[in-house]
Amino acid sequence: MTDTLITNVRLLDPSCGVDVVGGLLIRDGLLADYGANLGRPDGAEVIEGDGAVLCPGLVDMRAALGEPGFEYRETIASAAQAAAAGGITTLAALPDSAPAIDDPALVRLLRARGEETGSLTILPYGAVTRGCRGEELAEIGLLGEAGAVAFTDGQHAIASTRMMRRALSYAHGFGFRIIQHPEDPSLAAGGAATEGELATRLGLPGIPAAAEEILVARDISLVRLTGGSVHFAHVSTASALELIRRAKDEGLNVSCDTAPPYFDLNETAIGEFRTYAKLSPPLRTDSDRLAVAAALRDGTVDAVASDHQPRDADDKRFPFAQASAGGAGLATLLAVTLAQVHGSGLALGAAIALLTSRPAALLGSAAGRLTKGEPADLCLFDPERAWRVEANTLPGKARNTPFDGRALEGRVVGTWKAGRRVFG
Amino acid sequence: MNLPSRHLLAIEGLHPPQIANLLDLAESYVLLNRSGKTQRDLLRGRTLINLFFEDSTRTRTSFELAGKRLGADVINMSVSSSSVNKGETLLDTAGTLNAMQCDLLVVRHDQSGAPLLLAQKVDAAVINAGDGLHEHPTQALLDALTIRRRRGRLQGLTVAICGDILHSRVARSNIHLLTTMGSRVRVVGPPTLIPAEAARLGVEVFHTMDEGLAGADIVMMLRLQKERMNGGLVPSAREYFRFFGLDAARLAKAAPDALVMHPGPMNRGVEIDSAVADDPARSLIREQVEMGVAVRMAVLDTLSRRARRNV
Repeated sequence: MTDTLITNVRLLDPSCGVDVVGGLLIRDGLLADYGANLGRPDGAEVIEGDGAVLCPGLVDMRAALGEPGFEYRETIASAAQAAAAGGITTLAALPDSAPAIDDPALVRLLRARGEETGSLTILPYGAVTRGCRGEELAEIGLLGEAGAVAFTDGQHAIASTRMMRRALSYAHGFGFRIIQHPEDPSLAAGGAATEGELATRLGLPGIPAAAEEILVARDISLVRLTGGSVHFAHVSTASALELIRRAKDEGLNVSCDTAPPYFDLNETAIGEFRTYAKLSPPLRTDSDRLAVAAALRDGTVDAVASDHQPRDADDKRFPFAQASAGGAGLATLLAVTLAQVHGSGLALGAAIALLTSRPAALLGSAAGRLTKGEPADLCLFDPERAWRVEANTLPGKARNTPFDGRALEGRVVGTWKAGRRVFG
Repeated sequence: MNLPSRHLLAIEGLHPPQIANLLDLAESYVLLNRSGKTQRDLLRGRTLINLFFEDSTRTRTSFELAGKRLGADVINMSVSSSSVNKGETLLDTAGTLNAMQCDLLVVRHDQSGAPLLLAQKVDAAVINAGDGLHEHPTQALLDALTIRRRRGRLQGLTVAICGDILHSRVARSNIHLLTTMGSRVRVVGPPTLIPAEAARLGVEVFHTMDEGLAGADIVMMLRLQKERMNGGLVPSAREYFRFFGLDAARLAKAAPDALVMHPGPMNRGVEIDSAVADDPARSLIREQVEMGVAVRMAVLDTLSRRARRNV
């Protein structure tokens, strides 16, 4: 029997209303007990928390792993390292790899590869369509049996209305959610930046905010038609959020996440054609950014995901419109979200819920909560500690952060996976 | 009792006594057929045309046999390969048939409603042998006869119709017949194969076999066409069999003495496992074929009565 006691911490689990100063006991990898007046068992290793916040290990519901197929960008091992540094202990992996995760054996492989890291649970998404090509339904039932938690074509929007209808309908029969990249591909084709004055001045082909609004509106109609469930990933515009808000009020099975760039940065981050700020969807206007931040506060947004898209320097060393879109996000997920707590009136508990129990609930996972008797997946962070993001010192392999140089407050100081310290 | 019109175009709209009378008459033809006798006087000198715009072997043969056992002159016309290709419309065909003085016209067509259109233009009694996704009334009658002979009744039985309900005229006719006769009908399949507002037809809708089969007295499997299992409505044949195929383990969820039916032709290993399809204790599939001839004799008999009276 091995005991570890983390003392003098602010215990925070918004899913059950826990917000108390005290300690937490890990016994044999499981969360044995926590509370204000926790005794110290004989022989327990004691970790002094110095008043930091101890919350459930973060649950990141959207990340590309690079593996299989793009190992030059990121491997599962390097992603696990970055995740641990970011306090993330559970991660839902996008299926648009090479090959795509459209075969049950690949789902099992990803689950096993996650376990091999010892620090990260990988919850695989299954492909909605074979090869994520949008043409034929993938084996959603068999993928689900193998352990896929939901279905998406990753960065590929399911463009055909007929295919989306069938996907929502078919997945609904198995109780699964379809996760959509909400961007009308024909309207967005060739675009590099959000359509508007800045893109015009820079001479960049635009992607209008309407591309997001159109697909969100269409898919909400299809949810109404099929009774299925849709989740919109990385929502970035005020108009899409308003549609989602109304769909939720109507009682439809509609949810959404966003990613830190969309509430922390706006289109001006592109500056002089900085390709590390080229994302998909593109960084939007500041009024859209403010709408995303407001949607975090009012609950319209169900989760904040890293939207980690590792890219190699060679993917980015191109003229802006030709550079690959996507930003690294694992290590900065918590701190950029905390900037909303420090500066924009988001409650700390609400922020942690967006990073733990709420995405876990969408994925049908028991992670993201402090549950006695369950594996001790924990994140210890100092909400005030100041640091500066430096692309070249980011943990893991991917360096393509859009936040390079950003000064932040709040840093992960320790991460535990099943009771074992994997960071700090 | 007479049918509501001189044609048999659909089950929907028939009343329980009309259905019961047809089944009773069919019952007598089962006995006749088993005795090895025929009744060739009944339709002697009458002409039955099998007008098939869609390929069919068993339904056409069944009607042909039924007609011949009753003494009719039976002509088979496969139109898909002849007139239609030369540009003749359905109504042109109707005119041609009238000129031939046909008495009984059995029609199969890939378009829902085509037999009704013909019925409005021809003098013959029209029997719908399957129109598009709409109805296949003689199939529902033969299924009902098969069930009734085994179970003695239709009332109160729980019948699970499983698979591609969306594209099935067999399912629609069976739903109308069985609900009219007081059976409890369930439809089971992935949501992509269940038509909109199916519950409004008076059935319960299930998306898993285990739930849909629980306690069922009759399990009726439908054919899933190959072109529909390649990622359009169903991802693959193996996934379909895994979740919606009928094997012994799934059948065990139904009532202990549940019986299995299939309108044929079967896709073994897709919607039905051979061990179930070929189990003489559970499978009624061959019996269905036998009942098909008797039911069609009863229908030909009933629909030709008016013409026979007028002689």
